[in-house]
Amino acid sequence: MASQQNSLSYEFIKGIWKENPNLVALLGMCPTLAITTSLQNAVGMSLAVAFCLLCSEVFIAALRNLIPTQVRMAAFIVIIAAFVTISDLYLRAFQPSLSKSLGPFVPLIVVNCIIMGRVEAFSSKNGVIRSILDSLGMSVGYGLVLFVISGIRELIGNGTLMGYRVMGSWWDNWLVMILPAGAFLTLGSLLGLAQFMQSKLKKS
Amino acid sequence: MTLVIIFVSALLINNFVLAQFLGICSFIGISNNMTSSVSMGMAVTFVMVLTAVVCWPIYFLVLVPAHLEFLQTLTFILVVACLVQFVEMFIKKTSIALYDALGIYLPLITTNCAILGFALIAVTRNYSYLETIVYGVGSGLGYTLAMVLMAGVRGKLETADIPKPLQGPGIVLITAGIMALAFMGFAGLIK
Repeated sequence: MASQQNSLSYEFIKGIWKENPNLVALLGMCPTLAITTSLQNAVGMSLAVAFCLLCSEVFIAALRNLIPTQVRMAAFIVIIAAFVTISDLYLRAFQPSLSKSLGPFVPLIVVNCIIMGRVEAFSSKNGVIRSILDSLGMSVGYGLVLFVISGIRELIGNGTLMGYRVMGSWWDNWLVMILPAGAFLTLGSLLGLAQFMQSKLKKS
Repeated sequence: MTLVIIFVSALLINNFVLAQFLGICSFIGISNNMTSSVSMGMAVTFVMVLTAVVCWPIYFLVLVPAHLEFLQTLTFILVVACLVQFVEMFIKKTSIALYDALGIYLPLITTNCAILGFALIAVTRNYSYLETIVYGVGSGLGYTLAMVLMAGVRGKLETADIPKPLQGPGIVLITAGIMALAFMGFAGLIK
């Protein structure tokens, strides 16, 4: 156990801004870029990641004293892969269109550094309650970034939000925002903005 | 002819990094140095081809006849992990020079989503065995190409006057965005 314990609420809050997996830790970038073409995809993806993260963290936190240190990585991967398979099959069975537009990125949650990183850095050292809070905070932080990026891209690139037309007929779609280049540009600017805000916050 | 089309499309048009967003973490993390970019690209290409060689028979000769397709994620990640381990041991025994060149990047490949993503995408395409291998070579080289290009640009960026908040990953992503735009120009190569 760490010598100084953070308060339980901190474990939740830190994932949203201070240790935000996307903006600060730069983890799990691939799905962030790939599936944020529409808000709907972002909702689906963040729910899938939240589910896998929560289950794996709880499971591993509960088993952390049973898993031998030498083979912990292999054990973690198998546990994570099991939950990822569950969510992949669930999506395929009940949300076939969503599953199709997310493509290989649902099974790819297995190698998503967010999950592996949190499991290794946090729940292999902390108890179940803390792991639940940590995973919820990380999922909220991850989800927020996905919502913002996909909101921007869908609004500018397609003039819609959640599939509903928001912009009037005067709006010309910026096709580039839907294309891969738009993902890089949006996330890059967002990272710059986050750094800018952080440096402002530090000064004041 | 199909083989050429598969190769070119994997290398340029559907570039793993710039069009399919696979392997972004390593792309941002390692592309600040030319030598390590080349080593990483070589390591990824090598493991990707091996993955193609091993995963195709496992999927089509074992999992499909046994109706166990739902185990593909679990199987592939284990195959990739074992493969990387074996390759590491083999290279260490046979060629110390290559081992030193690849260094830490070899074990890192296990969690590189480009490899697992490649295995998952390859089996959905209904390619023949040979086509899958060519697809692996093309994808790996495409990854290397993006990586080396980015390393070159980043070398120049170091001396450029970049606004403070954009320094680091921000400017890399925006550069990647412009590169992705340029790569879209290749889309006309194949109808």
